[in-house]
Amino acid sequence: MKYNLVIACNKTNLSKIRSFLSEILESHAIMELEAHKMILAVDEICANLIIHSNHCNPTKKIEVLVNIQKTDQIVFIIKDTGISFDFDQYEEPDMTEIISSKRKGGVGLILVKRIMDKIEFSTNKNYNICRLTKKIRS
Amino acid sequence: MVNIDIAKEHDIQLITVVGEIDASSSIELDDALRSASDEGSGIIINLEGLDYISSAGLGVFISYIDELKTKKILFILFGMQPAVKEVFDILGLNQIMTIVTDKDEAIKIANEI
Repeated sequence: MKYNLVIACNKTNLSKIRSFLSEILESHAIMELEAHKMILAVDEICANLIIHSNHCNPTKKIEVLVNIQKTDQIVFIIKDTGISFDFDQYEEPDMTEIISSKRKGGVGLILVKRIMDKIEFSTNKNYNICRLTKKIRS
Repeated sequence: MVNIDIAKEHDIQLITVVGEIDASSSIELDDALRSASDEGSGIIINLEGLDYISSAGLGVFISYIDELKTKKILFILFGMQPAVKEVFDILGLNQIMTIVTDKDEAIKIANEI
């Protein structure tokens, strides 16, 4: 089964993405705690894309696709046309350093890395693609 | 959407958070903590009504840990729903912050200090 949602790059639309994902995961009987974590991970990526890659420009769009295969995994794909993110250059920050710096950001991608089984970023001619894979425990 | 209420109980600021905190609403949590951190000897946060928190909200909590410690202001969170608690646990914040089950336990800790 495949699902998709296209929304404008506005932070207030994050709740719409969560509702969209919640309905899909519930309809596939994904355990609530697992669903909550997957929704959080996709929310983190979308928030980063909306804020950092697209500067909250509501004329820009992001697309969220969910592919629930018959096998044992769910794939989330998030597409946008903003500034591409170089995941290879990403270094996970140290929590002690985040606390002492008093900065309010920096833990989103840590959550995504710890929740998802696979994270892939790529860019083609027209858009950036973030692909998140989560194995489903039976 | 999030609703945040601040009440003063003796020398403690009790902040009650209801709803969802994400990148669009975390500023409201920041405003509440900024205001509460400027007076009193402790901040107790009721999260019983918090259904969702993303890194934006967690980042706000994290950004106050050092400041409140320096000011010797007690900082206790209670009443997390299991899904919310798991998010704190994933980051190991349960090892860094004082997180308890209910208000009675939070008040007890506050009174012991």
